[in-house]
Amino acid sequence: MSKPIIATTSLAGCFGCHMSLLDIDERILDLIELVEFNKSPIDDIKTFTKQCDIGIIEGGCCNSENVHVLKDFRKNCKTLVVIGECAIMGGLPAMRNNNAPISECLEEAYLNCVSVQANEEKIIPNDEELPMILDRVYPCHEIVKIDYFLPGCAPRADLIWNALVALVTGNEMDLPYEVIKFD
Amino acid sequence: MSKILVNINGVDYSAESGKMVLKVANENGIYIPTLCHFEGIKPQGSCRVCTCKIDGRNMTACTTPASHRMVVVTDTAELEKIRATIIELLFAEGNHFCPACERSGNCELQALAYRYKMMVPQFPYLFPAKDLDAKNPKIMIDHNRCILCKRCIRRKLEPDNPSWFVFKNRGNKTQINLDHELTADFDDELAQKAMDTCPVGAIIRKEKGFDVPIGERKYDKNPIGSDIENKGVTS
Ligand code: SF4
Ligand code: SF4
Ligand code: FES
Repeated sequence: MSKPIIATTSLAGCFGCHMSLLDIDERILDLIELVEFNKSPIDDIKTFTKQCDIGIIEGGCCNSENVHVLKDFRKNCKTLVVIGECAIMGGLPAMRNNNAPISECLEEAYLNCVSVQANEEKIIPNDEELPMILDRVYPCHEIVKIDYFLPGCAPRADLIWNALVALVTGNEMDLPYEVIKFD
Repeated sequence: MSKILVNINGVDYSAESGKMVLKVANENGIYIPTLCHFEGIKPQGSCRVCTCKIDGRNMTACTTPASHRMVVVTDTAELEKIRATIIELLFAEGNHFCPACERSGNCELQALAYRYKMMVPQFPYLFPAKDLDAKNPKIMIDHNRCILCKRCIRRKLEPDNPSWFVFKNRGNKTQINLDHELTADFDDELAQKAMDTCPVGAIIRKEKGFDVPIGERKYDKNPIGSDIENKGVTS
């Protein structure tokens, strides 16, 4: 049987979840034996070159590009696994959801914030090359169907490892108390 | 108080008549999850997390007095589902950003979510517009995390004083309100007491927090309720 193929991406996340994936330490050698990586920042493959078995998503959707990439993952991966609070409920980027309209966020970031020093023309970046910022941050499952959810900020390396082993071997996942955490 | 027999999960226990079912269970090493309950203050029965089958009906264990030959079941699949759903609803209707919360690792709501393995969202997050009140020099109130359990109102921090917390507004606009005049000279001890009364991170001491490393906080390794389950019979 050919090796299962994995793709990964970071949407509106901080790459912490990917760091946690690398935190499986020497088991990464086993992982490379078990699976093949396709589109992922880990191997720097930028576009899907074949249909994948497992897509791993870090981060929610805060702009139009995130939505595009997420839909691309849904199309190209049989099983989608979201990892981390940002992908599951928006996470820290979604702290703007409850109180601040997007205009206020942009003004704060580019005009009013104490650390803004060199924006004399008072420009808020709006080039058409730039992805559009969404009205709020969306959890991934509000955009496409998600198959599995692994919480944590970042998810414990053991949680990601156990989930991958379960998915690849088809066995039930080992879920000890210590690995389910929201921080 | 007269002695009675109460059957919990198929075993007869002797108990004092009138004692709440929750207490009888706890004293016999049986954990029932709670949120609005706080040891030493009058139970109010509002969160419903302690719901058990009592003589065939769903009743809150914290407000139901034990009676002779009462039959209590604490852990059917249906009850566990009810509790897990209540917990998830509390997350969905507030703004719980645990990674940035001072209470994370020591929070009763979060600990219940861990115990019930809350992983798959079934309800849309509402992201309600809520504020933070940081006027008091010692504590701040983060309405985003308040679950309206009323523990801060019901517990008098000092025996002679009325509560310094009140509810204002109604329905989904209800929020906790701190009397800023009466609490202007809060000391560290009272601030800590107020924070300890709150099950979540809605009452937070200023200039404090994140002082216990991840891995050593209350619920990092031990599920909420495991102290009761491990203690066994205490009365
Ligand atoms: S109050 Fe508890 S559940 Fe809410 S954000 Fe803080 S740690 Fe998480
Ligand atoms: S502030 Fe805390 S103790 Fe008071 S009602 Fe809210 S959650 Fe309960
Ligand atoms: S603890 Fe019994 S209803 Fe809240």
